[in-house]
Amino acid sequence: MSLQETLAKEDRAEPGRMVNNLSILVATVNGSGSQTANNVLLRALFKMGIPVSGKNLFPSNIQGMPTWFTIRANREGFVARKENVEILVAMNRTSLREDQLHLVPGGACLYPEDLPADRLRADLSRYPMPVTRLARESGAEASLRPYVANMVYVGVLAWELGVDLAEVEAALQIHFKGKASAVKLNFGVVEAAFHYATQNLQKRDPYRVERMRGTEGLILVDGNTSAALGAIYGGVSFAAWYPITPASSLAETLQEYLPRLRKDPQGGRNDFVIVQAEDELGALGMAVGAGWMGARAMTSTSGPGLSLMAEFSGLASYAEVPVVIWDVQRVGPSTGLPTRVSQGDLMFVHSIGHGGQRQVVLLPGPGECFEFGWLAFDLAARLQAPVFVLSDLDMGMNQWMVSPFRYPDRPIDRGKILTAQDLDRLGGFARYRDVDGDGIPWRTLPGTPHPKAAYFTRGTGHDENAEYSEDPGVYAANMARLGRKYATAAKLVPAPILRSNPGARIGFVGFGSTDPAIEETRHELLGEGTVTDYLRLRALPFTPAVEEFIVAHERTYVVEMNTDGQLFSLLKMDIPQGATRLRSLAHSDGLPLTAEWIAGAFRAQEESSHGR
Amino acid sequence: MAVEAETKQGNANLIGLEKTEYRGLETTLCQGCGHNSITSQIVTACFQLSIPPEKIVKVSGIGCSSKAAAYFLSRSHGFNGLHGRMPSIATGAVLSNPDLHAIGMSGDGDTANIGLGQFKHLVRRNVPMVYIVANNGVYGLTKGQFSATADQGLELKREGQNELPPVDICLEALVGGATFVARSFAGDPRQLSTLLKAALAHRGTAVLDVISPCVTFNNKDESPKSYAWGKAHEAPLHDITFIPYSPEMEIEYAPGELKRVSFEDGSVVWLKKVAADHDPGDRLAAIRLMEEARTEGHFVTGLIYVSADQPTFVEISRMSETPLARLPDDRLRPLPKTLDEINRKYA
Repeated sequence: MSLQETLAKEDRAEPGRMVNNLSILVATVNGSGSQTANNVLLRALFKMGIPVSGKNLFPSNIQGMPTWFTIRANREGFVARKENVEILVAMNRTSLREDQLHLVPGGACLYPEDLPADRLRADLSRYPMPVTRLARESGAEASLRPYVANMVYVGVLAWELGVDLAEVEAALQIHFKGKASAVKLNFGVVEAAFHYATQNLQKRDPYRVERMRGTEGLILVDGNTSAALGAIYGGVSFAAWYPITPASSLAETLQEYLPRLRKDPQGGRNDFVIVQAEDELGALGMAVGAGWMGARAMTSTSGPGLSLMAEFSGLASYAEVPVVIWDVQRVGPSTGLPTRVSQGDLMFVHSIGHGGQRQVVLLPGPGECFEFGWLAFDLAARLQAPVFVLSDLDMGMNQWMVSPFRYPDRPIDRGKILTAQDLDRLGGFARYRDVDGDGIPWRTLPGTPHPKAAYFTRGTGHDENAEYSEDPGVYAANMARLGRKYATAAKLVPAPILRSNPGARIGFVGFGSTDPAIEETRHELLGEGTVTDYLRLRALPFTPAVEEFIVAHERTYVVEMNTDGQLFSLLKMDIPQGATRLRSLAHSDGLPLTAEWIAGAFRAQEESSHGR
Repeated sequence: MAVEAETKQGNANLIGLEKTEYRGLETTLCQGCGHNSITSQIVTACFQLSIPPEKIVKVSGIGCSSKAAAYFLSRSHGFNGLHGRMPSIATGAVLSNPDLHAIGMSGDGDTANIGLGQFKHLVRRNVPMVYIVANNGVYGLTKGQFSATADQGLELKREGQNELPPVDICLEALVGGATFVARSFAGDPRQLSTLLKAALAHRGTAVLDVISPCVTFNNKDESPKSYAWGKAHEAPLHDITFIPYSPEMEIEYAPGELKRVSFEDGSVVWLKKVAADHDPGDRLAAIRLMEEARTEGHFVTGLIYVSADQPTFVEISRMSETPLARLPDDRLRPLPKTLDEINRKYA
């Protein structure tokens, strides 16, 4: 039974009180240190057992611009972004006018007491906070005051909503990694604010949180951290990268954990190397050189970096070099919106490299960045190919409530590698010969001590022996073999996840971070009597289950966060027999997709084409 | 390149291999191309140093020079990569298995045009490898465009006159922090062989800029054996594919001597051996030497600069003795209990 189903059975909150069903918008100025406060609040709600998500909506700027953080707490486990919120923490007076527009009628607003109250909407419950005074009285030195000032709204929110202060303190312990003085200082402000609110404010809104058991056994972690840890348990030994939002924290997490987890057992030296390259050309070039040599090699980037990697992607694919490439997508085209989310790279990644190549692309859901993190290395080694993993800013940089990381359930796969002993036995080998009929040839690693181990890797046309060839037959045969290899990939990549309801004639197809919004949409539609099935894709090439799903439904809606319906197009191209059954629900405005948008767009299409 | 007569018994090196076992494929470069002399000297140097060919990797970019990586050491793994991107492939390869010798084969377009950025970063990192530039000042495979090392004022048939000053690969390497900088001439096998061996013995990045004339494209119209002259005198059946024959050249000259080398097609290269009193450990002197040579319009050849003081990128990376590419599974995947700890942290 899913979390949603379990929770749906629980009693509804009594009328007049809205329990564990709210969204908070914290509007601040970036560079003001509000991240600590926001993450502490998020973690405290999580520790109270309430399903939550936290999304940082930030500008591409270091300091001084408006920035927002949204928290959604939902007893039924729906944690997609909402279009409107119940509570606004208005720490930024310059964005106040706009921020209030997102509040539901009768919403609550917490604000610094020096903010002119007449600028607030009349329908709101108002909670002024003595932010400056409490920060001053905290005992923090002047330079730290702006940071601890954010703890004031944590304390007032704790009072207003009923957040357990013990969990706030526990969250501070985690955030400051147990550093007692920092915890004490910040928690002191939280307590002072809570005390102030108890003495001076009166609760007027219906929003409450209460302890429940909706996060038991789960962890709260961002996708980039999950991806990096997955890579470490997948045996990454070589990582090269170039800084780019929103991918940087993936490589930085490797940097944080690899020295702890992967030291030589004897001498304490590194069983890994991380190189910050001069650019993304260099980053992938290094990873390709390492993969060719036999290391478990990876890089991580976002769209603009991926553009630079196109040439090496093509080479790795044609020369058949294993390498893992994470693309944490942001909004394009070009430099686009660097700090906003999209799924706009799907088509590009699918065919990256000129001359008719198709790449293997993994599409993790929010809870799969760890698993796909290690799996990608096994697949790259097995397929002797670049394996792309498509994450996005929302999945990568925001905190997600997911199942704990599961230790890999199978040994490391190195793929088809011949040793010197094998060569003795075989008397030699042909690098690009399809010995096994699966399109995947055997390779040797440089340095293999055998006179017949060497071959010449090249991006130019080559025969089975890796020798240069322009022979038409040789070229065509090689491309046909690569086609067979791609067909083999379809058997090895993760199968899609099917969520079905009996009698559904309408299907949804999606991938990645839109999962919670799609599930919420289906729940909403079910309430209206529209029964739907949902297939969450987890890789390209498409597995046979995708075609089966499409032909089994009258209409299948393809949900994705881009402007041009890229998955929709790929499905039509690959599964032409299902093309007329497909509908596109593509939307990109830089923000995570909401159930409100999906449901609205779905209804509009249904009415226009079938309501007649 | 012509295959030499079979090596006689007893011509084996210290590890019992004969020179033929260091050979590569038959060259497909133009007859007389300087690059063939370079590959020949690589074969000789590796043979004479008794390096097992399986302990060498060859990496190259794109161009005539980079094709040449196939024409030596067939028993070594090779990677003919992308135009200007050999340095990054080499960096990843070397870090993944520093037990192997890496020989990078590049050209002037590959290094000084499209690959200048990667070249400078490789040098800056002091990636342990031999980085050879077969430098002829023109693009061969795309048929005779100027490269960034083309001399100012050089005239080429289709491109006209080069108005831009050349990039000096040795000077770039020096300024970039290279720990071994040398220049040689493809027609001077003795010096080239000596420098190659020194480069193979160097523990950081060894940049070896080899002037390697292009007999096909870098010649003069007024020369009796120029492309234009040849075309004017060709038989009608031989159209623009006519390539004048030019044998590989060998020259000898003494240290300190300035030498004018004339080719049969009329082009000229000024060579000057590094004076015996040049201290290759003096970086400032090396830079001055290069600058003086530039203003005087000649090339200095020989060992220009060497330093063993700088740590290599491999040393900086503090990796364990077992190369990354050879780590056993149990050193690639941490134990399950470590993951339990991590899960607790995020709970």
